[in-house]
Amino acid sequence: MAVATAPRTETGARTLTYVEALNEALREEMRRDPAVFVMGEDVAVWGGGGVFGVTKGLVEEFGEARVRDTPISEEIIAASAIGAAATGTRPVAEIMYVDFIGLAMEPIVNQAAKMRYMFGGKISIPVVIRAQQGGGRGNAAQHSQSLEAWFAHIPGLKVVVPTTPADAKGLLKTAIRDDNPVIFLEHKVLYFTKGEVPEGEYTIPFGQADVKREGTDVTVVGIHTQVLEALKAAEELESEGISVEVIDPRTVSPLDIDTIVSSVKKTGRLVVSHQAYEQGGVGGEIIARVVDVAFDYLDAPPQRVCGKNVPVPYAESLERAALPYKEEIVAAIRRVL
Amino acid sequence: MAVTDVGGARAVQRVDNDIDADTQLDLLRVMLRIRCFEERAEALFLAGELPGFIHLSIGQEACAAGACLALRRDDYITSTHRGHGHCLAKCAPAERMMAELFAKATGSCKGKGGSMHIADFSVGMLGANGIVGGGANLAVGAAIAARLRQTDQVALCFFGDGAANRGTVHEASNLAAVWKLPVIFFCENNRYASTTAAGAALSIENVADRAAGYGMPGVIVDGNDALAVHRVVREWAAHARSGGGPVLIEAKTYRMRGHYVGDPQLYRATDEVEAQRARDPIDRLAATLAGAGLLDLARLERLRAEVAEEIEAAVRFARESPLPSPEDALADLYVNPIERMP
Repeated sequence: MAVATAPRTETGARTLTYVEALNEALREEMRRDPAVFVMGEDVAVWGGGGVFGVTKGLVEEFGEARVRDTPISEEIIAASAIGAAATGTRPVAEIMYVDFIGLAMEPIVNQAAKMRYMFGGKISIPVVIRAQQGGGRGNAAQHSQSLEAWFAHIPGLKVVVPTTPADAKGLLKTAIRDDNPVIFLEHKVLYFTKGEVPEGEYTIPFGQADVKREGTDVTVVGIHTQVLEALKAAEELESEGISVEVIDPRTVSPLDIDTIVSSVKKTGRLVVSHQAYEQGGVGGEIIARVVDVAFDYLDAPPQRVCGKNVPVPYAESLERAALPYKEEIVAAIRRVL
Repeated sequence: MAVTDVGGARAVQRVDNDIDADTQLDLLRVMLRIRCFEERAEALFLAGELPGFIHLSIGQEACAAGACLALRRDDYITSTHRGHGHCLAKCAPAERMMAELFAKATGSCKGKGGSMHIADFSVGMLGANGIVGGGANLAVGAAIAARLRQTDQVALCFFGDGAANRGTVHEASNLAAVWKLPVIFFCENNRYASTTAAGAALSIENVADRAAGYGMPGVIVDGNDALAVHRVVREWAAHARSGGGPVLIEAKTYRMRGHYVGDPQLYRATDEVEAQRARDPIDRLAATLAGAGLLDLARLERLRAEVAEEIEAAVRFARESPLPSPEDALADLYVNPIERMP
């Protein structure tokens, strides 16, 4: 669907939404490998494929055996996918909002992440658990969190946080082919953003950050929406002659710290930004690892521009105050310069 | 209902009209192996040779043996924290298991899992589990995979009366029933969830009564009668295999030892445990076989001696095996790990 109707840019490349890019990845992988199947709440039927349409059209092409609507039972969505992954299939399980994943943490943390290790490396769990996260749509406290740090904390999991449609597609294909459990976190605000997506077959390796914009004065590492906010900040500051480098780690576990460290060695300044709560967030981990190896290169204390340490509120004015945007990134950059 | 013979097609003397003599003797042998393995492990633990903690299933051997011998090698089981018997009955090698209890590099899990995390996927044993109820959903997943791969494998989930109260067992039961998956929910009601009596945590007498709430059959069986367990699992495995959907089997049994080795068991009277000795599943099967002319004292002693030698060999193997190297602590986490990145 998306392929045929995708608008072309001036250069002839396709532009797709993030949702369309994810849908294409699922479709291509399900065609390539009959062991791949999708399960979750409302993935088959609702509005034609999930609340946001990521699984649109899949049940029509692949049938109900491979596109399975489940009861509202998050633990078994995750855990049965893990069991199925351990026994010869490649499930892609969906948790509708990452906020609900608390109900599925036991199998993710105690089973998926540990089975291979505690069974002596003799088995693999090639499962992908997709969820969407993030604030900015007035969905309030129980539908707006960003929880990548929960999973980045657990050895045995891989954690993917794509920002652009092209990255979303290439990383989801990699996730499905990976023999390890992968937590694939999408962002609801990014779902309907558009971007160029290459024609044809491609994958993007895990543990490879992408420099979204080169710069020389300050390094900004962003996750999800904060990559886009950082790019806006960079554009604004360019007129003042401030050159901002923007890095998207794309996966937070494994984390490509080398690309970030190389950038910091060049710029001497570091700002990290995510919507997730500042306390215990991935930003602190990134800063710690940069300080470990590049302390002498830093000309100013690294800064975090993150979600405030409160639940995400409902009112737009409150939500905006609780989440980080371009203005806060600009302010942080000014502090370190 | 289709009923398949597990003992193969050989014509053998039948003491019961549906379980052949070889299978009945196999049941006894497996139960003796489990008992011997666990009594040895208990002694080794008390002597300080085994680290961590261990949970014994002494008294419950008829459940493990009866159920697993009714399955095919390629069928799946998920187990519990009290899983030695399930592993042995599903044909995991005793020497590797014993080495795992000794935390040796030659153990089933290379010394990384221990008693509560033994798995052997080569025989369909998807793992003991340190999380109560943790195996239920995994079994459902294995059944989904079997269906997708278009095999007729079934998945049997062992769980206890304690796990029956976990939400995960509810979710698993519901999904298996809705999707008519080939899952056998096998509840070993051994009367205690750790130290809590089943009656203090269940408002009904029978876990099996809950099956009705999922629209699946619920069956109660004497969990200390290996032949009865075997018969019922064989029957319902055939039912599940042929697309009939899941079943909840509740085996009424009794945990003869404490929750863990060293448990002072202040929550139950010694009399209660003593009274249960009359129900010992091994003595009962031996008596049945003797009554049918399949077993005499000499043969029983020979069986016991063979089993004891096997377990002693397992202990020797474990003792003589090397400890894991400290650097192995960082291995086996990911398939194809990225260098320098976890």
